[in-house]
Amino acid sequence: MVLTAPDPNKVGTIEDAIADLKAAFPNDVSDDKREGYGGVIVSADKLLEVASYIRDTLKFDYLSSATAVDYLGEGHHSNDHMEMVYHAYRTTGGSALVFKAQTDREKAELPSLVSVWRGADFQEREAWDLFGIRFKGHPNLKRILMWEGFYGHPMRKDWKEAFYESEHKPFDSRWPEGHVYRAEELNVFGSNVKYPSDIDLSRLTDKSESDLYTGFGLGVDMTHMTDENGIQTDELVVNMGPHHPSTHGVFRMVMRLDGETITHLEPVMGYLHRNHEKIGERNTYLHNIPFTDRLDYISSMGNNHGYVLAVEQLLAKGAKYTPPTYRTEVLRVLMVELSRIVNHLWAIGFWLNDLGAFFTPVLYFVQERERILDFFEAVAGSRMMCNYMRFGGVFADLPERIKSTMNLMNDRVRDFDTMQFLQEMINERIPRTIDELDEYLTNSDIVQSRSKGVGYLSAEDAINFSAAGPLLRGSGVAYDIRRADPYSIYPELDFDVAVQHEGDMYARYMVRLIEMRESVRILKQILPRLEYTKGESVTSSFAYSGKIPLGEAYGRVENGKGELGYYVVSAGDKKNTANPWRYHVRAPSFINLTPLGHMCRGTKVADVVAILGSIDIVLGETDR
Amino acid sequence: MELNLAELNRTQYPIPAELQNNVAITSLSKIYNWGRRNSMWPMLFGLACCAIEMIATASSRFDFSRFGMEVMRATPRQSDLMIVSGTVTKKMVVPIVRLYNQMPEPKYVLAMGACASGGGPFKEGYNVVSGIDKYLPVDVYVPGCPPTPQALLYGLIALQKKIDGQSIITSDDVPWYGVGPSDPTPIPILGPDIIDPRQMDMIRRQAEQAARGGTFAVRELPAVAKTAAALPAQKAAPAAAAAAPAAGTMTPEEERRAAALARKAARAAKSAGEAAPAAAPTAAAPLPGGSKPWEESHDIREQRKAAALARKAARASKSEG
Ligand code: SF4
Repeated sequence: MVLTAPDPNKVGTIEDAIADLKAAFPNDVSDDKREGYGGVIVSADKLLEVASYIRDTLKFDYLSSATAVDYLGEGHHSNDHMEMVYHAYRTTGGSALVFKAQTDREKAELPSLVSVWRGADFQEREAWDLFGIRFKGHPNLKRILMWEGFYGHPMRKDWKEAFYESEHKPFDSRWPEGHVYRAEELNVFGSNVKYPSDIDLSRLTDKSESDLYTGFGLGVDMTHMTDENGIQTDELVVNMGPHHPSTHGVFRMVMRLDGETITHLEPVMGYLHRNHEKIGERNTYLHNIPFTDRLDYISSMGNNHGYVLAVEQLLAKGAKYTPPTYRTEVLRVLMVELSRIVNHLWAIGFWLNDLGAFFTPVLYFVQERERILDFFEAVAGSRMMCNYMRFGGVFADLPERIKSTMNLMNDRVRDFDTMQFLQEMINERIPRTIDELDEYLTNSDIVQSRSKGVGYLSAEDAINFSAAGPLLRGSGVAYDIRRADPYSIYPELDFDVAVQHEGDMYARYMVRLIEMRESVRILKQILPRLEYTKGESVTSSFAYSGKIPLGEAYGRVENGKGELGYYVVSAGDKKNTANPWRYHVRAPSFINLTPLGHMCRGTKVADVVAILGSIDIVLGETDR
Repeated sequence: MELNLAELNRTQYPIPAELQNNVAITSLSKIYNWGRRNSMWPMLFGLACCAIEMIATASSRFDFSRFGMEVMRATPRQSDLMIVSGTVTKKMVVPIVRLYNQMPEPKYVLAMGACASGGGPFKEGYNVVSGIDKYLPVDVYVPGCPPTPQALLYGLIALQKKIDGQSIITSDDVPWYGVGPSDPTPIPILGPDIIDPRQMDMIRRQAEQAARGGTFAVRELPAVAKTAAALPAQKAAPAAAAAAPAAGTMTPEEERRAAALARKAARAAKSAGEAAPAAAPTAAAPLPGGSKPWEESHDIREQRKAAALARKAARASKSEG
């Protein structure tokens, strides 16, 4: 059965919804008429009503992304202002309803949408942290990526980091007149720090911790309780991370415990916040491709894909644009599906770590991963950071022969014919690994009793929390972007969307397992396509194009961890730009953490690590 | 004392025949180091993308247990080696320094990858520490982004070589064989920006200067950039020439921008073929010399060595007295 893409231009879709919206709010909703922009602009004071209408009446029940843009100077279409951009989707499929709300830069304030979509929670906190937009009615408006007490809102266009050199890359020579100098030499303190000039060192307090714990009632009177036997107990606040082997990186959770039961849990992040977006806005468009590798560093191919899709949407707004060739798409799908398998193997392996099967299963999965990485290395030049895709193309076609080892028992490096290598890998090795995994784990009593019924998330909650990927599909929502809002050549490929209805950890495990099998199914269809497109070009004249037409674009893909979206704005006073004005990553790992506290309430401490593992996060993407 | 070889053979341990009647001489340092270098326990501690390659190095294909390193410990109190595997952020450096302080000596730090060594691709980021060596003494730097498992193994072997060369009797090259514990690394504070306690004085001086109406955190341009700024950029960039004399009153951003402009001007002039005489003195100009505040108090090794020497001197004078 071959499904065809729902045609976004057909009746009953976005245009209808927008017309409906404008009819319902004639004075508060207007078209976004800027060049290359789409969607509607909603007046700030009606934002909450409009959002409820969009969710309840127009049935755009899924808020994919909410992010801020700072429009300041440089000949913009209108006055300087801050803007929140929301992308809402229907979980039945179709493209986005984009709506925006604008506010003043100095007194930036907008109503919070957490009461409509709880998935907006962390995203609004991020906008407050990095852009300084206050959200009226937000239940917990604290900084999320930086620490409480940090000086300024760093993503604002007029906030300059200590190592600031110039607005855009490429920078001037580091070798003026033959002498190199380092950024450190330009800073008094010799590192990238800057302080307000009225800094008062005598009254310096580290507010980052105290503010975090006040929410937990620490330092205030703790609630004293009496249990059923009349014994006096206290609630206890326990901190886990950022250095903890089960947090999959530098992630931290603070929880309040009653005995061993969690009564409240708050994720704390930002320990790997390495300013991806700020750097991305200084970079040229092309510069950003290797940076996307470092988001979800387990599946860098998928990250590349989302970004090039977004920039290709922008390129398509220009006059002379040719879409990528068929072989390009085939290669992209090949890489992305292999990455998905790597990602799921890794996720399941480390989830088992969290369940207590310490490192033994992982070793088997890492072994399989090594072989796929050999392939990536032969094609792209690097094991992990592939930097493979380009606008309108890919970096290079498959090589004739590749080098890899036969197996781990005999790790002499050998020379293989690429197609044979792929065939053997896709038809034999990967299915064998998946079968093995299935056989040992799926019916294991321990896995079942630890994971069934634990970490429950209902379908309604999953949608409302903007959960994505296996977390969403494990809760019974059959939403896979490859089918719901298709891109690349997925419409012509034959595969099913993996979905489980139990909403617990076991369901997520099953979704990953089925999805790997579906990926193999896709890869098997890719192999003949690779054969008969041999010789077709895979590069395009746009690949290294410096100039991108004006406009905004949101490119999203179904990555291993969920919906990965890139919101890219090309804005300025010229016809096209060399650097993105706004570059935002809708990171599934970040937004999937929104329901963590909800899922963990009432469970035991030991389950928390496993629930976190079943969400499958990667910190490079969570914190960006 | 006379050495009776026959006696030596009559120990409670069986000695293989080919080793009997042999006397092997080694130094205490050597045998001690041999034990240590082959049981380096790294801390189970991953920061970013590099950690994934570290896990790959620990797994079956590359397997660093061949070098006695398989026991990765999650607690700093049981580990000898901190592999800083990834980007160090300002928020994270606080726990990292704490973890380092909790490691028992002798302890080593390996900076894995571009980020840990010097900030890497994210160096300019506002939340990024440009290299863990701004806070901790690093023993081995492994380049790469990420370093391949082979590169990491090479770095670990380099560390073993380094250990081989250390002596337990002199405290000159390692701080931990002196008397008493060495001082912990001061823990940074998350204020308006991260504050290294060792720089408190410098910040205070700057703040006082600002309070007196002076500049705050404005750094003299490096000699190079200054010479470029002072270039008589005739027709290439009058703007740069106009900006240059005002350097004293500019904010650091403006100043840097002026320097950039000046550099551009210099390049333009050069390409115009008339700047050769102007550029010549620049090429000969010394690198930013004199006081280098960014190097003021950074080498922890130096500090520790000085402290150790001072302690030694104190002991010596005490025993004399
Ligand atoms: S050096 Fe490269 S791979 Fe390693 S943490 Fe930094 S960005 Fe990631």
